[in-house]
Amino acid sequence: MKLSVKEPLAECLKFQKMKNRVVVTGLGVVAPNGVGVSEFTKAIQSGTSGITFHPKLKELGFSCQIGGVPTISEKKIKEYFTDLQLKNFNSDNILYGVIAGMDALKDSGIQSAGKDEEPLWDLGVIFGSGNSSVEKFRESFNKIDEGKVRRLGSTSVAQTMASSVSAYLGGMIGAGNRVTGNASACATGTEAIVMGYEQIASGKAKHMLCGSSNDGGPYVWGGFDAMRILPHQYNDNPTAASRPLSLDASGFVPGCGAGALLLESLESAQKRGATIYAEILGGSVNSGGQRGEGSMTAPNSIAVQRCISESLKEAGVEASEIDYINGHLTATVKDPLEIQNWSQALGRKGADFPYINSLKGMTGHCLAASGSIEAVSTILQLQQGFVFPNINCETIHPEIEKLVASERISKKLKKATIETAIKASFGFGDVNACVIFKRKK
Amino acid sequence: MTTEQIYAKLLPIVKTYLPEDVSEKDITPEKDLTGELNINSAHLVDVVLDVEDEFNVEFANADMENLRTMNDAIDIIKQKLNTK
Repeated sequence: MKLSVKEPLAECLKFQKMKNRVVVTGLGVVAPNGVGVSEFTKAIQSGTSGITFHPKLKELGFSCQIGGVPTISEKKIKEYFTDLQLKNFNSDNILYGVIAGMDALKDSGIQSAGKDEEPLWDLGVIFGSGNSSVEKFRESFNKIDEGKVRRLGSTSVAQTMASSVSAYLGGMIGAGNRVTGNASACATGTEAIVMGYEQIASGKAKHMLCGSSNDGGPYVWGGFDAMRILPHQYNDNPTAASRPLSLDASGFVPGCGAGALLLESLESAQKRGATIYAEILGGSVNSGGQRGEGSMTAPNSIAVQRCISESLKEAGVEASEIDYINGHLTATVKDPLEIQNWSQALGRKGADFPYINSLKGMTGHCLAASGSIEAVSTILQLQQGFVFPNINCETIHPEIEKLVASERISKKLKKATIETAIKASFGFGDVNACVIFKRKK
Repeated sequence: MTTEQIYAKLLPIVKTYLPEDVSEKDITPEKDLTGELNINSAHLVDVVLDVEDEFNVEFANADMENLRTMNDAIDIIKQKLNTK
């Protein structure tokens, strides 16, 4: 068969034309400063911190003895899990992920498949984690070391496999499309959203439940404590510890939790008459290859800027259209570098710089869960027209102030119409993910 | 221990693993635990661990293979208790 040179272009155009528009129709969140969308909304508007002192960390000799942990009652747990599911259950990661995921599904109005019905072929789940169920691993390791491997029973594998959260959610919902868990460290949550977006845009699914979760506590946070990248000066004053964008940012406060977004094709959402929170215009995921200034733990700025530019291109948005940035901004010495990268990639500075804030001031760094929890906060600001306060940012870092006018880093709750918002997350391994949301009119 | 006594101790253990749509009333000594009572086959190992704790016995791999019904469990438990 003879191919004309025009054909690839025609194919490409056909794909562009076929690309389905993707919207968000459900949200769920389990954050240190609020569980459930309404409690979380109040918390971010009022600048409420979820960082507390943890005696266990002190007992174990941690330098940083504080962290962000969501509060969940036994009663609430029983609303999501059966007694049988809770038998030998030992996983905060799955607990957080299931609550956020099922809340997002419920919020969207989509029903789980009945027990005797076919799976929902058009609904998939992409739910990533930084690690899976460390407490369950520890319990299992101890039994194995005691020579009691058979005492693990049937629950060890399901709770410790890397895909555990997506597997739990997939079964509860009856998902019949792609059900998987991604992992890209602190970029996981944002990456999951981009992956779900692509699955729907390409027509392979109509609904994708996307998000991420991370458990917390000494066995997750210990490695970070050992790296000396957590603050040790705030054990007596936990709510002041996480200080993104500020002169005296002294390390990230570890957190945990989960966030979830129900993504849906615009066509399906309109057909169902669903409430649309926002449209996802596009996104990008890349890596700096741990080359140049990039390493296992440091970002390659060229890659970060490319990731931002590529997502603009993918979304068909000009840099000048961005009204708001939800930063990764962990409250380390790298915050000024992130601002430099935003400024370069968008070609904007001073009073022209978009509004920017970091949720981590209130929640700490929820690791793999951060991207999805922060995406939920981004969408709430977009939908309800506000910018949440940057807490603990009394003195903006001078390197940041050179690039961003101080009124763009609001320390108070601000009413603002945001049409277009951008959210990025960067992770160990030199990986980046970025996504763009548009307000639904 | 009599068959009745063993059965009475076994019942709450098995009940824990019943799927939501199977009632405790459906349990009879001769019903197949996975085939008829629809207990997830993966949970059979958990049933055995609970039985071991309750009766202070230990099942061998071969015992696991012979375990299909409540009656099977009772037989295995009796045998273990007698050889103790």
